[in-house]
Amino acid sequence: MAKTIDRQIVLPWRQVIRISFNALRARLFRSMITTSTLVLAVAFLSYTFAVYAVLEGLWPAADVALQDKILATGFTPTDGHFGTTAKDRWLVVLSLLVCTVGIINAQLMAVTERFREIGTLKCLGALDSFVIKLFVLEAAYQGFLGGAAGSVLGVGTAVLTLWARFGFPVISHVPAVSLGVLFVKSSALAVGLSLIGVMYPAWVAARMQPAIALRSEP
Amino acid sequence: MNGNGTHNVVRLVDVTKVFRMGQEEVHALRGVTLEIKAGEYMSIMGPSGSGKSTLFNMIGALDKPTSGRVFIDEVDVAQLDAYELAWLRCRKIGYIFQTFNLIQVMTAIENVTLPMIFAGMGRDEYMDKGMELLKLVGLAERFQHKPAELSGGQQQRVAVARALANDPAIILADEPTGNLDLTTGEEIISLLKELSQQRGVTIISATHDIKMINVSDRVVWIRDGRIDRIEDREKLQVSVGQVF
Ligand SMILES: Nc1ncnc2c1ncn2[C@@H]1O[C@H](COP(=O)(O)OP(=O)(O)OP(=O)(O)O)[C@@H](O)[C@H]1O
Ligand SMILES: [Mg+2]
Repeated sequence: MAKTIDRQIVLPWRQVIRISFNALRARLFRSMITTSTLVLAVAFLSYTFAVYAVLEGLWPAADVALQDKILATGFTPTDGHFGTTAKDRWLVVLSLLVCTVGIINAQLMAVTERFREIGTLKCLGALDSFVIKLFVLEAAYQGFLGGAAGSVLGVGTAVLTLWARFGFPVISHVPAVSLGVLFVKSSALAVGLSLIGVMYPAWVAARMQPAIALRSEP
Repeated sequence: MNGNGTHNVVRLVDVTKVFRMGQEEVHALRGVTLEIKAGEYMSIMGPSGSGKSTLFNMIGALDKPTSGRVFIDEVDVAQLDAYELAWLRCRKIGYIFQTFNLIQVMTAIENVTLPMIFAGMGRDEYMDKGMELLKLVGLAERFQHKPAELSGGQQQRVAVARALANDPAIILADEPTGNLDLTTGEEIISLLKELSQQRGVTIISATHDIKMINVSDRVVWIRDGRIDRIEDREKLQVSVGQVF
């Protein structure tokens, strides 16, 4: 008699990527707020590393007067190279820890706001895995955008402040390659942190019974 | 869908639901047994807090009963795994809510096509069908509007179109006219009635709305988590006269 119940298909990644991208675009301003702690932490990190990278590029090309000026400002090369001090690294790690807690909190709020939407999606036939993928992809985009914005901010500030202090040679000897590597690394780190931040909220959201999710206030 | 109109699309056997809130227990359903035939238009009526929405969630496989069984097309819902449940919610049942529950960041057409995307339909097919459904509810020109740009009645019509996306055998509505004015509510009711007559869709609707009684084949009155009485169409004419 009646047709038996079939099994729901797993949505192809192409569709998941399209849906998550559109969802993020429609909520861009809200996501920027969620991502703001990440932007600031990455900006601080890339600023710290960029200052030394710029000095590394500048030092060999600097004349004695400029080298004296750099040393007089308090930067000291070890074995002729500039690099982060233990204190710098400690501060960076600390800021990343604070940022991780901040992003988990922000994502938890952002996901909670969307419980009703999640319940609706489940009524329309979404699998738990779709809900997880949706949030993970959105967090990956957020991490990438936040990381890119943060490192541009950090590197830009580093270059500009050193330029203001030491003049034009800073610009003409800017170490493009190492700053590029720094940009890529900080963006990747931001994606990683963003994913860590969203894991728990996404898991909670995906496991909710639709009836409970639908009851929550928008 | 399936024509003979005699088999049970939904069957509830002694369904109870208890919510535990700390020390307190709320008995939202206290043993509901109910059979709903294919093609029927059934209304569930009852005072606020009587358990209508809880019953809606049980029939729609949106929540687990504390005890008792729910059969959809004679399949025990408790036996289904996550994939089968998702399939059931996607293909077999269309949901309509008092608060519309459209996805706010999606346009009307995106909302209507989403269930078909979940069902694995191709783009050309789901776009055609989505536009056809929007036409059916009279909103074809507004297909690119987001819910916030539509009136309540229009949003509910988009929700009706979305509920029809995968030609469900059952449309389950929880106070579909609760947030609408009288005229708009009547429009939605006659839309649902048309669907049940023309497509043979089973309509199950929780409601406070007396106008719903006129179009229903049966009315289930619930009170305090129990079925108070069930009235058929013929008897209804009489009792409606008496009560109202
Ligand atoms: N998730 C829940 N947790 C705790 N109690 C609940 C929950 N859902 C429903 N209840 C309780 O169960 C009872 C029945 O609620 P239900 O929402 O089913 O009523 P209703 O008939 O739909 O009312 P209304 O007409 O106001 O929508 C109420 O006492 C309600 O407080
Ligand atoms: Mg209710």
